[in-house]
Amino acid sequence: MAKKAAKKATKKAAGFQVDKVVVKRTAALDERDTKTLGLIKHTAERVRNTILKHSLPELKFPVRSLANVEYDVKKGYFELGKGRKARALSVNTVRTFAQTLRLMAVSKEMVENDDFATKREAYYVSKNWGDAKFNDQPESDTVLDDIEALASLEGLSREHLRYRPEEHGGALAGELVVIDRDRTTGQEIRIDCARMGTGAYTIPSSVEHLRFETKARFILAIETGGMFERLNQHNFWRSANCILISMGGVPSRAQRRFIRRLCEEKKLPVYCFVDCDPYGIGNIYRTLKVGSGNAAHINRLFCVPEARFLGVTPQDIIDFKLEDATHKLLEVDIKRAKDALKNDPFFQAHKPWQQAIEQLLKMGVRAEQQALAKWGLNFVLEEYLPRKLADPDSFLP
Amino acid sequence: MTSPGLFDSAAPEGTAPSTTRRTRSAKKQSTPASDAASTPAASGGATKESPRRGANAEQLAERQREISVAEFFTKNRHLLGFDSPLKALLTAIKEAVDNSLDACEEAGVLPEISVEITPTENESRFRIAVEDNGPGIIKDQVGKIFGKLLYGSKFHKLSQTRGQQGIGIAAAGMYGQLTTGKPMRILSRPGKGARAREFVLSIDTAKNRPEIHREQEIQWDHGSGTRVELELEAKYQKGLRSVDMYLKQTAIANPHLTLHYTDPGAEKVSYARVSNELPPETIEIKPHPHGVELGMLINMLKNTEAKSLVAFLQEEFSRVGPKVAKDIIAAAGKGLSDKSYPTRIAREEASALHEAIQKTRIMAPSTDCIAPIGEALVLAGLKKEIEADFYAAITRPPAVYRGNPFQVEVGIAYGKPGGVGLELTEEGRIKKTKAQIATEDLVAGADEPVRVLRFANRVPLLHQQSACSITKAITQTNWRSYGLQHPRGALPIGPMALLVHIASVWVPFTSESKEAIASYEEIVKEVRLGLQECGRKLGTYIRKGKKLQSEFSKRSFIEKYIPHIGIALQDILDLDDAERDGTVATLEDVLHRSRKL
Repeated sequence: MAKKAAKKATKKAAGFQVDKVVVKRTAALDERDTKTLGLIKHTAERVRNTILKHSLPELKFPVRSLANVEYDVKKGYFELGKGRKARALSVNTVRTFAQTLRLMAVSKEMVENDDFATKREAYYVSKNWGDAKFNDQPESDTVLDDIEALASLEGLSREHLRYRPEEHGGALAGELVVIDRDRTTGQEIRIDCARMGTGAYTIPSSVEHLRFETKARFILAIETGGMFERLNQHNFWRSANCILISMGGVPSRAQRRFIRRLCEEKKLPVYCFVDCDPYGIGNIYRTLKVGSGNAAHINRLFCVPEARFLGVTPQDIIDFKLEDATHKLLEVDIKRAKDALKNDPFFQAHKPWQQAIEQLLKMGVRAEQQALAKWGLNFVLEEYLPRKLADPDSFLP
Repeated sequence: MTSPGLFDSAAPEGTAPSTTRRTRSAKKQSTPASDAASTPAASGGATKESPRRGANAEQLAERQREISVAEFFTKNRHLLGFDSPLKALLTAIKEAVDNSLDACEEAGVLPEISVEITPTENESRFRIAVEDNGPGIIKDQVGKIFGKLLYGSKFHKLSQTRGQQGIGIAAAGMYGQLTTGKPMRILSRPGKGARAREFVLSIDTAKNRPEIHREQEIQWDHGSGTRVELELEAKYQKGLRSVDMYLKQTAIANPHLTLHYTDPGAEKVSYARVSNELPPETIEIKPHPHGVELGMLINMLKNTEAKSLVAFLQEEFSRVGPKVAKDIIAAAGKGLSDKSYPTRIAREEASALHEAIQKTRIMAPSTDCIAPIGEALVLAGLKKEIEADFYAAITRPPAVYRGNPFQVEVGIAYGKPGGVGLELTEEGRIKKTKAQIATEDLVAGADEPVRVLRFANRVPLLHQQSACSITKAITQTNWRSYGLQHPRGALPIGPMALLVHIASVWVPFTSESKEAIASYEEIVKEVRLGLQECGRKLGTYIRKGKKLQSEFSKRSFIEKYIPHIGIALQDILDLDDAERDGTVATLEDVLHRSRKL
């Protein structure tokens, strides 16, 4: 038997020897990490002290719902109201109570080891918790959102807690140097986004440590990857001296945070180029500018109040004679548009937007960015964008 | 001990043939016990051989009556409870036990009764023996009591006894004789000083008289008392309507009884008494005017010794004083006056009198003629024989139906032992109680209809449950409001035994086999009120149990996650295991104290 096994072993192809990866922190804790650890410890201590005082512990979270969202035009983003919910230990809350504390413990460990977990991973981590495990990901997402809301009161985000969303989009091209660091050595790395060849730079999922150098004049945030490719292919960023970013639908938090920091630190205007439909206006643009309603706790850090709406506007459909390149508004589109007019504090605060949406509803059609191809594939960069960019003041707020 | 009344028992108050009625009135003048024998004996003795032809009408009538006693029995045994071998066994034992109990109580002796059923070589025959420590029976009476149908002391008085219709042990003997041809054997010692005698006797069915085959003094190692042995065609089976169940229920309703039972498999069971007090002695009462029917009234008028109507009313009825008597007579009109001579009152006037009686307000009959078991003893009886979690008992105040006083008692035994299996400790925790051994008992399963234990004058009623007014009252009660499932028009569902006892000077059975109680509105109502009273107590208990159960599942749900809070706190605060466990223990304690129940 032993002989046979030995023979077999000799026949096997030689494998690759991989050194054991040691997960540990290389750089020292930064200020935000310390703050995150402090928040987690403080929360746990309060729970423990309450127990030792023979009382039922409770956790207090901001209420995450549109009812507890305030919009201040001056501040420019959705903000959590004063609504707080206390999660006292009871039949209904005990499970989430335990899960919240356990996820905070995971978060603490990740900060200490300079590690991270995607939301999906966080869900699977819980599978080792026996009774306390999450049954599906929406369950763990909800608990994460609560912890996040709690952290946001301290000016901390999910990224500080080391939880990350699944990424999409985030391609970038233009006159920008991103200063990053080596993960192991901590050494500075300079990335010139103008020298990415025929590819593009990708916005990392955590952007807090990045620094920027740029001489670009503005940022153009584009809805679709296809349109980004077209503008990148013809080096539009060079001729317009701008930074192109592909959002790939509703921008992820990393993208929003990245654009926000770039906009704030380098004083760059942000122009948004999306489809002319209620989704492009009400979801993509609105989220980029003021944040989203159901994650209002993080909008303070993840919004770009300076963003303006370049197009495609309902008026553009007329101005660029795109009527025969449109589609009829679907029922969901109409519903979404009416909902925006009726319930969304952002659109309610801006008259021009109400008029634009009403115009769209009246026309009863929607136009995609690609509709401009009606006049030629490169009409968009030869005609449309130059004409629009000539008068940024005409952009919708 | 046994008594006449085979034919008129269905409507004993007045619609019976006048022959019996005459017997009744004649007997009124004699003292119950010893003289009771004389009248029937006389009529029995009158069965001379008379020529078949040329008999006059009177002779013919005499003969017809004699023959019909035996014939009636053989043809109508189902009416008497001997319709199947299974039921015959039960009925025979029941008659013997009832008689023994009545005898002991009348004599003021705490009853101790032995019942034996022994198999015989013939599979379909059993030998039964019932032995008591009662007063015994004097030599001259033995033959008549056991060897003659329609003979006894209880029928003609209105008082609460077990036997009331007079089918009795003689019928059991006759059944045995009919099915096996074997005579009864009686042992009796009337008093400690007396000699015991053995009698072997059968019934001359044609003439309805005892035929004594052997009679002798014997050595009997037994105090005073009586032993009856007879063999009969029978079938023995366990179950809800078995002899076993009858004896067990008898023990429940008679907490002063000690009962020994040997079943056909020679298994012995003893039911020890829990009360050393005999039920209070009940007194015999005169009929109440409201319970009297016209025919009976006419008979009473004819046979009274009273010389005036006003005296008649006062002497022959209970609750009639001079004022009430005058009110009745005034209301009747028809020229009747206080001094009207009772025997001369005509049918029409009697009818007016009867109507007047119904219209006049008369005080309800006195109720000291009824001896309920009593709440405490109903409880004791239930607890003794039924293992359950919750017991409740209620004795209703006496009430009246058709002039007959009666009293209803209700008892409840709820829940399999251990109940929901939870209890609340002083520390505010909910603990699982130790599992107890569940016995095969009278409490129904949680998903079965409740078991109904019906009693009439302390005698268990095992058959014809659905025809009984007790069952009617149970189905009419809204058990849902007490936390039980209750399908419309059926018995409620739940682990419960429901005891209902009706004590009365005259229990209105639907038939001579004494299996179901007739649905008089007053009786159904009283039973319902009793059930409701017990039901309210039960409801409180069930709700408490349900609350405990739901609180327990809530707390155990919470407890499931407390260790995770400990683990998380340990991870975050770098606690050692002792600190973690201490926190967890404290939290558990806080939880149990903070949750109100």
